[in-house]
Amino acid sequence: MTIERKEIEKLATLSRLAIDEKTIADVTGRLSSVLALVDQLQSANTESLQEISRPFHTFQRLRDDQVNETDQRDAFQAIAPQTHNGLFTVPKMIE
Amino acid sequence: MNWETVIGLEVHVQLATKTKIFSAASTSFGATPNTQACAIDLAMPGTLPVLNKQAVNYAIMFGLAIDAEICQESVFERKNYFYPDLPKGYQTTQLEKPIVGRGSVTIQLADGTEKAIGIHHAHLEEDAGKSTHEGDLPYGMSGVDLNRAGTPLIEIVSEPDMRSAEEAIAFAKKLHSIVTSIKICDGEMSQGSMRFDVNVSVRPAGSSTLGTRTETKNLNSYKFMEEAIEREVERQIDLIEDGGTVAQETRLYNGDTKVAKSMRSKEEANDYRYFPCPDLLPVLVSDEAIEELRRALPELPDARQKRFVSQYGLSDYDSEIIASDSNMSAFFETVAEDSSNAKLAANWVMGELSGALNTAGLSFIESPVTAQQLAGMVVRISDNSISGKMAKQVFEAMWQGEGNADEIIQAKGLKQVSDSGALEKIVADVLDGNPAMVEDFINTDESKRKKKLGGFMGQIMKASKGQANPQQVNQILLQKLNALL
Amino acid sequence: MHNYTIAKLIKGLQNKEFSSVELTQHFLDRISQLNDDYNAVITVTSEQALSAAALADQRLANGDAPAMCGVPILHKDIFCTNGVRTSCGSKMLDNFVPPYDATVVENFARDGAVMLGKTNMDEFAMGSSNETSFYGPVKNPWAMDSVPGGSSGGSAAAIAARLAPGATATDTGGSIRQPAALCGISGLKPTYGRVSRWGMIAFASSLDQAGPMARTAEDCAIMLNCMASFDEKDSTSVNQSVPDYTAKLGNSVQGLKIGIPKEYFSEGLDPGTEIAVRKALADLEGQGAQLVKISLPNSHLSVPAYYVIAPAEASANLSRFDGVKYGYRCDDPKDLQDMYCRSRTEGFGEEVQRRILIGTYCLSAGYYDAYYGKAQQVRQLIQQDFSDAFKSVDLIMGPTCPSPAFKFGAKGDDPVAMYLEDIYTIATNLAGLPGMSVPCGMVEEKPVGLQIIGNYFDEARMLNVAHQFQQITDWHNQAPEAAQ
Repeated sequence: MTIERKEIEKLATLSRLAIDEKTIADVTGRLSSVLALVDQLQSANTESLQEISRPFHTFQRLRDDQVNETDQRDAFQAIAPQTHNGLFTVPKMIE
Repeated sequence: MNWETVIGLEVHVQLATKTKIFSAASTSFGATPNTQACAIDLAMPGTLPVLNKQAVNYAIMFGLAIDAEICQESVFERKNYFYPDLPKGYQTTQLEKPIVGRGSVTIQLADGTEKAIGIHHAHLEEDAGKSTHEGDLPYGMSGVDLNRAGTPLIEIVSEPDMRSAEEAIAFAKKLHSIVTSIKICDGEMSQGSMRFDVNVSVRPAGSSTLGTRTETKNLNSYKFMEEAIEREVERQIDLIEDGGTVAQETRLYNGDTKVAKSMRSKEEANDYRYFPCPDLLPVLVSDEAIEELRRALPELPDARQKRFVSQYGLSDYDSEIIASDSNMSAFFETVAEDSSNAKLAANWVMGELSGALNTAGLSFIESPVTAQQLAGMVVRISDNSISGKMAKQVFEAMWQGEGNADEIIQAKGLKQVSDSGALEKIVADVLDGNPAMVEDFINTDESKRKKKLGGFMGQIMKASKGQANPQQVNQILLQKLNALL
Repeated sequence: MHNYTIAKLIKGLQNKEFSSVELTQHFLDRISQLNDDYNAVITVTSEQALSAAALADQRLANGDAPAMCGVPILHKDIFCTNGVRTSCGSKMLDNFVPPYDATVVENFARDGAVMLGKTNMDEFAMGSSNETSFYGPVKNPWAMDSVPGGSSGGSAAAIAARLAPGATATDTGGSIRQPAALCGISGLKPTYGRVSRWGMIAFASSLDQAGPMARTAEDCAIMLNCMASFDEKDSTSVNQSVPDYTAKLGNSVQGLKIGIPKEYFSEGLDPGTEIAVRKALADLEGQGAQLVKISLPNSHLSVPAYYVIAPAEASANLSRFDGVKYGYRCDDPKDLQDMYCRSRTEGFGEEVQRRILIGTYCLSAGYYDAYYGKAQQVRQLIQQDFSDAFKSVDLIMGPTCPSPAFKFGAKGDDPVAMYLEDIYTIATNLAGLPGMSVPCGMVEEKPVGLQIIGNYFDEARMLNVAHQFQQITDWHNQAPEAAQ
C-alpha cells in the first residue's frame, strides 16, 4: 500500500522531523515499500490471541520508597546544550 | 431557552511519597531547580523505570476510599508528545487497564441534599517538570526545572455528573478531603498538590445528548474553578445563541487576570499513540495486599462526620465543616477531648481560630495556639473562670505567644468575678451612683425597659474592669431593679 | 598475542607470561595501526586502558582475581561509559559523555577487564550492515569491499581483525549473530532479561539484549559469566541465578536432538551457505547428535512483525533526543518547534528517521490495531512455534544469514532487501529466546555462520554444543589475511 504524502507530513510533525522537498519522494517510496512488507501481517489469523511484549508473563517488581539519589546537577548540566542558573533553557514556547 | 450545564472533572493528585514514581530521587517541595532530578528523571539514554511500591499502595487506598474496583493487573502505557518539561518525549501513564476502576463519591450541597458523583476511573502516572517563561532568563528563552518530573500522580476522572459550579466545587473539596484524610496527599493546593481540569458543556434542558465540551486545564483553587466554569458556561451559551458552535478545545484560565483563552494550537490535533510501556511489567495486586490496605485505611471524611455527630453531639452542619478538613478534625478532637466540651471546642476551632489562621495564611498544623492550649482556655470558659468576651482576649494573647490560658488569666488578672457577694456590692454601688438612670428606668414603659439594661451593664462592667460574670450580674441587676419598681 | 583466545590470554596472565599492561599496549598498538583500515573503533581510551591494566596486574599479583581480570575488551558504543563519549553511532550523541556506566560496563570493570575503547555501529543499532553510522561504514576484514554486518559491525570487525579478543555487543533482530556470521567469529544473544539493559541505549525495549562477541564459544561463555546478572535497576531483568557458563562446555553432544526448521532452508538461502551449514550439521551428527526435521510455520511473519514492533518502540525511545537536556542541538533555533525539528533532522541519519516515521505510523490513531496490536499478537504465534518445537528437540539450528557479506551499497535502495538479511535471526528476538552464531565455513572466501537457538535460559547448552563443534572444526581459528 502506498502511503500518501499528506500522511507522511503528519507523521513528520508528530515526530518532529523535517522532510524537505528533495527527499519526500524517496521517503514516500521507501516507506511504502516497508508498509507493503508489514501488511503481510494481515494474513495471520490472530483471533483470540493476546498481545504480548515479552516471553514470560511476570509482574513488575516494586521498589521501596526510600530516597537513594543525590544532587548531581553539576554533572548532568555539564553536558547540557544550554543552561541558566540551574535551569535547562530552550527557545521560548509560544502558547 | 433553558440551558443545562454538564461538568466533568479530571483531578491530578500528587501522591505524598518520598520518592518519584519511577526513580529514587526525592519529591520534597521547593528544592533548588534540577537538584532532585536524577538520570532517570532527566531521561538520560539507557535509563529505565522501577515502580515505587508506596505509589501503588496510595492509589489502591484511594480506590478503597471511593468503593472502587481495584484492577489487579494494571498496565502502564506511553503517551507520546513533545514538550520541554516532558524529558522522555512521552509520559508514562495508564490507559486501557488503570489501577482503580469505577467508584463513587457523595457530595453535600448547601441546601442539605446529597448527590452521588461517579468516578470513571483513577490511574497512576508521572508528573512533568515545570517551565518558566519570565524572570531571570536569557532573552527569548524559557527555563525548565525537572525536579517535579516523575512525581507520582493519580489522575481521577469523574463521570460528567455535575450540573453546576457549586457541585463541581463540592466534588473537588470532597476529593481533597478524602485524599488528605487517608494521607495520600498533603492537599497543599498552592504547591500544586492538587490540580483540576474542568470539562464543561451545555445543552438544552431536558436533552439527553451531550454538547461539545471544552477543557479548562490546571486550575488550582476552588475560586478560580468556580469563575472559570461560570465564564465558560456563559461563553458557550452566548456562542450558541448567536448561531455559532462550540469547538472542542483546551482552554486556560488565568485567575489573576480573569482572562480565559483557547490553547487552539497544533497540539489540539495531537495523536498520543498510546502503547503499553515495554520497560515496565503489569502491576500485580494481590487480594491479601488489598485487604491489608483496607484494614489500615484511615478514617474517611463521611465516617468521621457521622462520628462527630454521634460522639460529640455536633450539629450536621458543624461536623461537616470540621470533618472535611483532616487537620481541623485532628485539632478539634484534641481540644474536645482535653476540655470535655465539644460544643465550645467546635465553636472556637471553626470561629476565632479558623479566622485567625486564614488571615495569617497558616494551616492548623502551623497554628501558634496549640490544641492543648485552646483546650485549656475552653476549660476556663466552661468553669466560668472567664466569660466568652474575656476569652477573646486570652485567645489573642495565646496567639501572640504569651503563654497558656491560666498563665494569661493570672497575668492579666482576667479571672471573672462570680462571687455573688462581691457582685451584689458592685451592682448596688452602680445603682446608688446613677440615680438619674434608675429614675429613667422606672419611668420607662415596661416593654421598653430591657433596652435600658445595657447602660447599667456598661457601668457595672466598667466598675469591675470587665471581670464581672455577665449572666450573674444580669440576674442580680434585674432583681434589684425590680425591687425598686 | 592477538591471535590468542580470551581463554588462552587468561592462562597467560595467570601464568605471568605477560602482564595486562603489555597485553593492553599490544592491542592499543594494533588498533592504532589497523583501525583506519576497518573503522571498527570510534573512540580509543588508551590512558584509561593502561591505568586499568596496571590495577589489574596488581590484582593478578595478589592472586584470586576474577577470570576477566586484565583482559582487554571493546565495548559497543551503545553502552554508556562514565566519562567516555558514547555516540551510539550518531551525530545526535557525538558530544554525549555520560556521567554513569551501563551495568554491563560496570560488571566488566568490577572484574578487572580493561576497556580499550568503543566500537562503531549502525546508528542507534538500526541496520544490518554498519553502513548507517555517523562515523562512516565499517569494513569487513575478510573482504574490504563488503559489509561486516550490523548493527554490531564494529565489534565483529574488531575481533576478526584481532584488534581485541572480545567485545560487547547488542542484538535486537540479529545484530550480534549476523555480523558474527559475516565476520567469521562467535557471538551470542542471551535470553531476554538475562543481561541488564541499564545504561544500554534503547532501540526496541522488548527486543534488545546485550551479549558477547569473541572468537570462540568458550570465550563467549567466559564473557557471559561476567555480563549476565540480575539488575534491580532494570524492571525487565530476570531474577534467575547465573550458572557458570564454562562448566558444561566439555559435555558430549551424544543424543542431543537438533531441530532443523524447513523454513530456514527454503528459497532465498544462498546455495554455498546451505552447503556449509549442512556440512556443519553433519559434523554434529557425527558426534552423536540427532537431526530432526521441524517446522516453524509462522516464520514468514517474523520480519513483518519485527518491522512494526521495533520501529514503534524505537520511535518512542528516541523521542528523548530533543536537544533539551543533552546531545545535539541545532544552531540558532528560531523557536521551540524549530529547535526540535532541526535538532532531530540534523542529528538523526536517514535510516533512523525512516524507522521513526514507520514506528509513528504503526502506533497512530486508526492504525494501532492493524499494525502494532496485530504484530504483538503475531509474536504469540511465533513464540508458540518455538515452544512446540522445543517439545521434541533440545536446540534448533540453521544458517545465521541467507548469504555471506554483501558489497557496500548493494542493498541501498530497497530497505526491505536489507531487512530480509535478518530473516533467520529475528524470530528469536520476538520470542525472547537465546541465539548464537559460530563460524562454520567459507563461501568465496567470506565466512558463513551456523545459528544455534536454545530454549529459555539454555545458554549453557548452546555454548556446550558450539564448543564441541569448535573442537572438531577449525573455522573459528581462521583469520583474514589482512589481520595476520
